Amino acid sequence: MTRVVLAEDGVLLREGLAGLLERFGLPVVAAVGDAAALVDAVAEHAPDLVVTDIRMPPTLTDDGLRAALSLRAARPGLPVVALSQYVERSYAAALLDSDGGRGVGYLLKDRVADVEEFVETLRGVAAGGTIIDPTVVRQLLQRPPEDPVARLSAREREVLASMATGLSNAAIARALFVSEAAVGKHVGNILAKLGLPPDDDSNRRVLAVLTYLHRRP
Amino acid sequence: MDDNALTALRRRNYLFTSWPWRSLLYVASTPVIALLVWPLALPVVPLVALLVSLTRESTVDTGTAFVISGVSIACYLVAAPLLALPLAALERHRLRLVRPEPVRAGHRVPPSTGPWSWLVTRYTEAATWRAVGYGTLLAAAAPVFSLFALGWVMFAVALLLAPSIVSGANPIHLVFIEVSTPAEAWPWTPLGLAMVVTTPYVTGLTAWVHGLVAAALLNEPATSARLHTELVEVSRSRARLVDGFEAERRRIERDLHDGAQQRLVGLTLQLGLAKLDVPGDSPAAVTVAKAHEEAKALMAELRDLIAGIHPQVLTDLGLPAALRELADRTALPVTVRSDLGERPATHVESTAYFVVAEALTNTVRHGRATQAWVRAYREKGQLIVEVTDDGQGGARPDLGTGLTGLADRAATAGGRMLLSSPAGGPTVVRIELPWTTA
Repeated sequence: MTRVVLAEDGVLLREGLAGLLERFGLPVVAAVGDAAALVDAVAEHAPDLVVTDIRMPPTLTDDGLRAALSLRAARPGLPVVALSQYVERSYAAALLDSDGGRGVGYLLKDRVADVEEFVETLRGVAAGGTIIDPTVVRQLLQRPPEDPVARLSAREREVLASMATGLSNAAIARALFVSEAAVGKHVGNILAKLGLPPDDDSNRRVLAVLTYLHRRP
Repeated sequence: MDDNALTALRRRNYLFTSWPWRSLLYVASTPVIALLVWPLALPVVPLVALLVSLTRESTVDTGTAFVISGVSIACYLVAAPLLALPLAALERHRLRLVRPEPVRAGHRVPPSTGPWSWLVTRYTEAATWRAVGYGTLLAAAAPVFSLFALGWVMFAVALLLAPSIVSGANPIHLVFIEVSTPAEAWPWTPLGLAMVVTTPYVTGLTAWVHGLVAAALLNEPATSARLHTELVEVSRSRARLVDGFEAERRRIERDLHDGAQQRLVGLTLQLGLAKLDVPGDSPAAVTVAKAHEEAKALMAELRDLIAGIHPQVLTDLGLPAALRELADRTALPVTVRSDLGERPATHVESTAYFVVAEALTNTVRHGRATQAWVRAYREKGQLIVEVTDDGQGGARPDLGTGLTGLADRAATAGGRMLLSSPAGGPTVVRIELPWTTA
């Protein structure tokens, strides 16, 4: 059972999200409206997953993100999904910097519309997965960059974008209408081109995405 | 009262107005005042000596004369304002005799109290050095004119008195005439009379010319002073407008974000749930699915709209992060280098941001560029932002409103925009904004 602490300052959305999570078997142990209350609620309930808005009171800037980062610093491995209205690489990069980037998600609020996928994403993060919103990744891949990523072929970029959204090789193969073996080959090429040593750690996939997000032009 | 001495001079009743007397008072008091400030004429002396030593065989060595001239001019520049400033104040009062309109000093107000601040202000403003110029002119030239005027009056009086005082034993020598008997003297009397009658005109004219020179140097023209005040007010009100505009943008962004956007997310969530609850084969399923798609599209549109009004990352993380996000969104490889240290004031940040955004849009649209570079750094109290591309160049501000708009935007923040875009490229847009902190 994944117990969730939810932080969102919009009352309607907070209640909507809480209802959604309960309905899909993710009990919301606390639903709060600002960053300080989030920190208190996590201390009190020790949840299995934190879902937080990035822009929240008191300053209505990135309070939610900063609270999430301090929570993860205090409790390594605490899964956190940050929701935002904005496609911002800086926020995603900050999240991935915390605790090796495992068990974090950075999602546009648009994702809640596709209810089942959204809940699956939350479960994935709670299980230690890393998920960056496809829009963020797509934006990074759109422009031909001037770093190692430039060596990736168009198909490899597609595969990398899918990897970033947490898809398995099988799922990527289905989405791109290619064989799973082909996807495996692409993944191997991507990791080689980005200079990531092949090993059995599934975290390689995250590292590939990290290479993107940390690129400082 | 007449506008000035010249119009008064043209009038028939000139001699019966106060003008001749005021002119006389002005002209007569000039040598007295010139005497008080005679040291101001000193730099003329070594210069004359220098000229003499250069033009003639002289005992004074030319090199020595140069050194002496240099040293005395340096001393003069340091000390002259101290004498010229009170002189200018006095002369402004005296000037009212022949120029009834108000005289403005045009001195700036020192930024803080204390003698040092006063000295720095005075020594660095044009009004002071115009006063020094006037003082030097007065001290050097006034004696010459005074002697001429004195000579004129004495000559006229001598001609008038000649018939009564001349005798064979007492011949009168007047420069180019010599009379020894009253009979010889009488023919000159009309000239003397004419000279006496014209004296008020001569003094009037002298006073007018002097007043003209004095006003040119000592009077801050009224229009210039007023324009200056108005310009200060205009730039202040422009700054207020920009701040107000900026605040309004952020308010609109906040309202949309906290209101419409949140409710729209809630709505799509509800529609997503409804889609799960409606049986797939019912007629409602299609409608709900359609509404769901519409709401999702609307959400994406609204997000773009809000990001265009004011990017959240600019507020949260500042200009460098916002420029990187901007580079990410641009359909060209953009290299961003920024080195700012602390954050400047909000309006400086957003002006720089929107100018870069517009410049990059231009690059994509018109520049035929394959790459762009953005640099932001701080230099000499300014925020400098440069956008360079490797496009075809030839961008001209007069060919569209885009570049003019950028220049206006920079100007409202008290800065300026520079454009270099030779045919064949590269195009460089440079914005310089005064670095202020919030």
